[in-house]
Amino acid sequence: MSMEIDLGRRKMLKVSGGAGLLALFGSLGLLQSGAALAEWNKNAFSAKNMDEALNALGVIVPENNAASIQLTVPEIAENGSVVPVTVSSSLPNVEQISILVDKNPNVLAANFTIPAGTEGMVTTRVKMGQTANVVALVKADGKFYRVAKEVKVTAGGCGG
Amino acid sequence: MNTSNVNKAILMLALAASCTVQAAENETTDSDRIAAYREMISDGNPAEFDEMRGEELWKTAAGPNQATLEKCDLGKGPGVVKGAYAELPRYFKDTGKVQDLESRLLTCMTTLQGLKEEDISAKPFASEKKASDISSLTTYVVGQSKGIKMAVSVKHPKEKEAYEIGKRIFNYRAGPYDFACSTCHATSGVRIRMQDLPNLSSNKKDAQSAYTSWPAYRVSQGLTRSFQWRLNDCFRQQRFPEPKFASEATVALTMFLAVSANGAKYDGPGLKR
Amino acid sequence: MGKPMKIRAAVKDGVTEVKILMQHEMETGLRKEADGTLVPAWFITEVKAQYQGRTVLEAQFGQSISKNPYLLFHFKGGAAGEKVTVSWVDNKGDTRTDEVAIAA
Repeated sequence: MSMEIDLGRRKMLKVSGGAGLLALFGSLGLLQSGAALAEWNKNAFSAKNMDEALNALGVIVPENNAASIQLTVPEIAENGSVVPVTVSSSLPNVEQISILVDKNPNVLAANFTIPAGTEGMVTTRVKMGQTANVVALVKADGKFYRVAKEVKVTAGGCGG
Repeated sequence: MNTSNVNKAILMLALAASCTVQAAENETTDSDRIAAYREMISDGNPAEFDEMRGEELWKTAAGPNQATLEKCDLGKGPGVVKGAYAELPRYFKDTGKVQDLESRLLTCMTTLQGLKEEDISAKPFASEKKASDISSLTTYVVGQSKGIKMAVSVKHPKEKEAYEIGKRIFNYRAGPYDFACSTCHATSGVRIRMQDLPNLSSNKKDAQSAYTSWPAYRVSQGLTRSFQWRLNDCFRQQRFPEPKFASEATVALTMFLAVSANGAKYDGPGLKR
Repeated sequence: MGKPMKIRAAVKDGVTEVKILMQHEMETGLRKEADGTLVPAWFITEVKAQYQGRTVLEAQFGQSISKNPYLLFHFKGGAAGEKVTVSWVDNKGDTRTDEVAIAA
């Protein structure tokens, strides 16, 4: 963890080239140990297929549980560069939400850490190279659950 | 939140079920699904960043005269931006011409800031590599008319004339494909691939929703596009020669389309595929 | 330094809704220029939202997040006028921090 903080500090210094930004981050509590950014999961984000990605996320056997996870995606995306995804779970103690796209070159799109006091729901937008399954993975009370839905990606026409 | 999501999910399932039944006989299903997609991405429009950029440009001294555009008269008095776009194009006494937003901005940038028209017109549209100042200014100004009813006048003889010319251009068939705007946009219920084509000629609702949602952020291009750009693209698709930026012809066509949208609340900048 | 974000936060019935729109190219590293050269990967890797010094969301992004990333989430608590702060870091080490007051 402390290595990561140093790395973060160096990154900021490199960019800002001064103490102003560092002081700002310090005052916001971003550099305090408890609040440091978790290490970016390089293995998971470089994974080329679903199994690799799940492995890197530490998932052993996720339960398919459509009832406890709502995955809201469009049936058809008019453009693959912006596909809205909402994952919401009624499970207690949601700790983590991940969004994956099975046919993307890098299957893991995003990984959210949900602290206590934050609802088990997040909306974002992902890119999709082609028609594929969007997979929502939810970790609650230490157990993984997942649900998948297909999104058809269409070629755009003219006008609009 | 959770209950409402569940309700939404049930509603979507019900919609999906009813759509499958209809699928065999018509194509409303795909249009409905695309409408649902558009609704889902309508929040969080990156055009807001172009609005911010435009506002900054409006208020920053620039050009040989080191002047801001805060004295620019868009038709409602010097510096009045709020609601100006909902009344454009219009006749301007000082230039003796009917002007749309972009041609009027050209006037302000040349007279107030001392910039050269040919320099501005040389790069009127944003590209992946470089933003366009006049395009960002346009985005800022239109955003200040959001929610305001379109009320474009044709009372002045020059305004009436521009409207009539615009109508003729809309119906003017030419080019290697013998195309006119009306070839695609004067019939209801037609589409190209997945896109429904609005009937801009005789369907008031289509004409209103099309006009009031431009300029727009195009997700496929990652750029906010102005109305002049949109018209250019129509001409390109018709295989016409590219019109001159902010030319009388494009202003007249804009006049025709803007008047057709009268009465509807302006709702841009929009967000499109 | 990165370009500014648009953040909106509003509290209703004891729950604060936060909407974040970030300004970033989010290059996948797989796209090619017209001349065939590869555009290098350039994307936000981490986002963190805080309310009163308490972390309310942490996100890690990969290359598949859309250009100009959008996030929406809800946290319990929050009062009008209090601040929500959002920071991001990208793979080149660039950062951006913005804050917004919670609206009623």
